[in-house]
This record gives sequence, C-alpha cells and structure tokens, in this order.
Amino acid sequence: MFWITSLVAIVATLLAITRLNAIHALLYLIVSLLSVAVIFLQLGAPFVAAIEVIVYAGAIMVLFVFVMMVLDLGPHAVQAEGKLLPRRVWIGPGLLAAVLLVELLVPLAMGSAGPAQGEIQTVGPKEVGMELFGPYLIGVELAGFLLLAGLVGAFHLGREEGA
Amino acid sequence: MELGAYLAVSAVLFVLGMAMAAARRSLIYVLMGLELILNAANINLVAFARFKPEIGLDGQIGAIFVIILAAAEAAIGLAIVLNVYSRFGTIRPDDIDELRQ
Repeated sequence: MFWITSLVAIVATLLAITRLNAIHALLYLIVSLLSVAVIFLQLGAPFVAAIEVIVYAGAIMVLFVFVMMVLDLGPHAVQAEGKLLPRRVWIGPGLLAAVLLVELLVPLAMGSAGPAQGEIQTVGPKEVGMELFGPYLIGVELAGFLLLAGLVGAFHLGREEGA
Repeated sequence: MELGAYLAVSAVLFVLGMAMAAARRSLIYVLMGLELILNAANINLVAFARFKPEIGLDGQIGAIFVIILAAAEAAIGLAIVLNVYSRFGTIRPDDIDELRQ
C-alpha cells in the first residue's frame, strides 16, 4: 500500500519536472501532493492530510493557475492553445489519481476501519486542536502574523504601478 | 512499514524538488520545486511523529506550521513573479540577472 502511494508520488513528481507545458506540470504536481496526503493518512494523521489537500492542492495550486493565466507562458501556451485539453493531457494525472482512489477504497471494501489499521493510532482533529491551542498557542499567533504579513506583502507587490 | 521507508520517499521527493528548482528555466517552476521541498520535509515530520512516541504530536503540529508557511511563501513568491513579469516582460531567471538597468 505504502509503496504504491510513494511510487505514484515519485512518478507524478518526475512527470511534473519533465513536462514542457506549465499547466501539465501543475496537474502532475497536484497528483504528487494528493499522494503525499494519502501517505499522511497512512501515517495516522488525517488532519494534516486534510490540511494538505485543502491548502496545498487547493489554495496554492489555484494561485499558481491564476499566475500562469496572467503570464501566458510563451510558445508552450501558444501551441497548447489550439487543442484545449485533449485527452492525453489529463489521462496521465487521472490514472495516477485513480490509483490513489483505489488504494483508499480497498481498505473500506475489506471491512477494516480505513487506512489507520494495525498498531497505527489515528490522531484526530480534536487532539491536534488541543495541542495547537495549548502549548503551541504562541505558534498559532506567529502563524497569524506571518499570514497577515503575507497578505499585506502580496497586495503591495501585486499592485499596479502608481495605483 | 518502517521509518526508513518513509524517510527514503521523503528524500527522493526532496531531491526531485531540488532538481525541479534547479533544472527548469522559469521562476514558476522554481516556486513549484520549493513547494515540493517543503512537502518532503512534511513527510519527515509526520513520519517521526508517528514512529517516535516521545515526540508525540509535535511532528504533526510542525507539519501544519510548514503548510502555513508554504501558503504565505507561495502568495509572496507569485506576487514577486507577477511584478518581475510586468517589469521585465519575462520570468526566465537568466534574463533578469542584473540588479539595475
């Protein structure tokens, strides 16, 4: 199980490195991040896995897509313009994501309680929250400062000249 | 599955991220490589939290903070990329190696 996931992660990352088109690379990168989330799930960390999917595969990758749309990346973008998402563009990421899906479904079909079986004890959101807002409260505050600084910085940098 | 296996996968992903940041000729790919590197570090943190009981939850908390950091870094980095593009008309690092014009 673990080896399949890590194989998917490594293959997807390799493909992300070798794709010429930025959007293709991004699709494979998303698959790589999803497979890392599955690894987290197998390690008994469902909360971190959920955060990984939401923040990484969701928010950050959407940011990348937006920037790529604005940049309109040169000849790659032009040559991809004619054929808008042909089948072979998404068939690779789709297959790799399907492997991950099967891996998630098989334990359920076998009647065991998800991937967190054996001696792996799952750490749920409650424990993480108790830890986060207990001993790590200062870290949460600092993360808030960091995100605020990131927000202000991104706004300042992304602003139009002279606006 | 043993700790070493997870560390091995994490190391492979880390190296691939470094290769991506170093080999591709566009700032976008450099940022993607950075995300991969942070991600590989996350696997390490969660794996240690799982296999070393004395660490406990700290590894997962660390992973969450790394994800927060990655989000902030991506926002700032992409804003800088947009700024560079509007100023120089390119995002190839080779073309923008002068500090001033």
